[in-house]
Amino acid sequence: MARMKFLCDADRCIECNACVTACKNENEVPWGINRRRVVTINDGKPGERSISMACMHCTDAPCAAVCPVDCFYVTVDKVVLHSKDLCIGCGYCFYACPFGAPQYPKVGNFGSRGKMDKCTFCAGGPEADLSPAEFQKYGSNRLAEGKLPLCAEMCSTKSLLAGDGDIIAKIYKERVVKRGYGSGAWGWKTAYKETVAI
Amino acid sequence: MRLSRSILSFFAVLGVVLGLGLSSPAMAQQNAPINPTASSVREDQLLNALKPGSAAEIGGRISIPDGKAATLIRPAGREWREFHQGTMHLVGAVAILGMLAVLVGFYLKRGKIMISGGPAGSTITRFGAFDRFIHWTTAGCFIVLALSGLNITFGKVLLMPIIGEVGFAAMAQLGKYAHNYLAFPFMIGLALMFLVWVKDNIPGMIDLQWFAMGGGLIGKGHPKAKRFNGGQKMVFWSVILGGAALSVSGWYLLFPYTAGGVLNLQFWNVVHGIVGVVLIGAMLAHAYIGSIGMEGAFDAMGSGEVDLNWAREHHSLWVEDEMKKGVVPARLQAAE
Repeated sequence: MARMKFLCDADRCIECNACVTACKNENEVPWGINRRRVVTINDGKPGERSISMACMHCTDAPCAAVCPVDCFYVTVDKVVLHSKDLCIGCGYCFYACPFGAPQYPKVGNFGSRGKMDKCTFCAGGPEADLSPAEFQKYGSNRLAEGKLPLCAEMCSTKSLLAGDGDIIAKIYKERVVKRGYGSGAWGWKTAYKETVAI
Repeated sequence: MRLSRSILSFFAVLGVVLGLGLSSPAMAQQNAPINPTASSVREDQLLNALKPGSAAEIGGRISIPDGKAATLIRPAGREWREFHQGTMHLVGAVAILGMLAVLVGFYLKRGKIMISGGPAGSTITRFGAFDRFIHWTTAGCFIVLALSGLNITFGKVLLMPIIGEVGFAAMAQLGKYAHNYLAFPFMIGLALMFLVWVKDNIPGMIDLQWFAMGGGLIGKGHPKAKRFNGGQKMVFWSVILGGAALSVSGWYLLFPYTAGGVLNLQFWNVVHGIVGVVLIGAMLAHAYIGSIGMEGAFDAMGSGEVDLNWAREHHSLWVEDEMKKGVVPARLQAAE
């Protein structure tokens, strides 16, 4: 089985935000939530880089560790998913996540945050694959259709890579070697406790 | 930056022009290409530059309207996770199980503390209806808050295996709502207790004597005390200060966007958790000595009427003051 990961090649990202938009549309993400976002570091300075970021589907995920009701589970592809039926909207995953992935549909006062929502690696949720209930709660299940997350699939510069960690690391490595530079596999050290050695 | 870059390229061009006449073309070529990564921001540099505190995040600019999403990586979540899954469990278990062990040990050694002179048969009013109302409002809220709070940390380990994940999630959801809403009567109760009882809880020299004599709990005899003795003052101030810490930290957790970022929420969560379990431990001791630990103590917050001999032993100076005010102890009718 694959070990699914995201890798954003920041030296290719042109901050077009198409991944952000594609994700929102593909998954019918609730108003106010962006499962994916593009952050520009050192904006306007020489050497600025833009990075597309979402849930990194961490190894030994902090959200899953701190969840008081254990609503998280890991698929065979090592995608970190959660059950909105079990989620109580306590906010603990939101405190623990290093990537700001967990978000809530309501601007959360009085415990009325609603159920947590985050990137599913386009892999749906615990409901039956491709069922209307799954789509309504979690969005698309492209993995069940044999496809990869839409954000990466439609990236115009092929900056955002999604897929088996070893394969995307190899692609990134080849690029870095060929062009002679790379700003790093953003988030990998934090999420997977390893990075792509060049 | 633009200027320096154009100056650089000017000199580069100049070098090429001069170099053409002076040296070999190979040297000129070394100056000409621009290295696009020379000033490129790199993740490892940014991670190495992180410091605890306000500079613990890597962030930038974002073009979607949600400004909070501009934080890219916040590794501090891992420390909070370590705290919550490790230290929090340990401190909670020690505070609560440790206190229970101490109380059981104390009960086995000392037994129930009886009124030395036996009940007098007449009573004196210790707490009026309003005093008891605010005590039990706060106490009732505290019990639910404590249980629902402990459930967030320990429920997954202790309860979920017994009642299953669906039932447990439903219960935890109810507990969360109870926790969020009962926080408000709890805070009101705290404020009222502070206002009503602070005048009798100012620490003084008499409390030092009380502690020196072990409060009558450890040693023999009954140290003098006014309306509240040294131990009760300690309970009062731990409730007021601990309750205030719980209120402030809980307020930010309840209204997360007033806290100013996730790092602050992590901090307030640590405060809330630690103060919570320590106060639960303190309240276990308070509940013990106010009920099964001491004869006659529960009446103070039960009926509000305490036995005169109990009052004389534990609050001698208060009884004298009350008598001076002309309070007449009421005879109990049922006894004798």
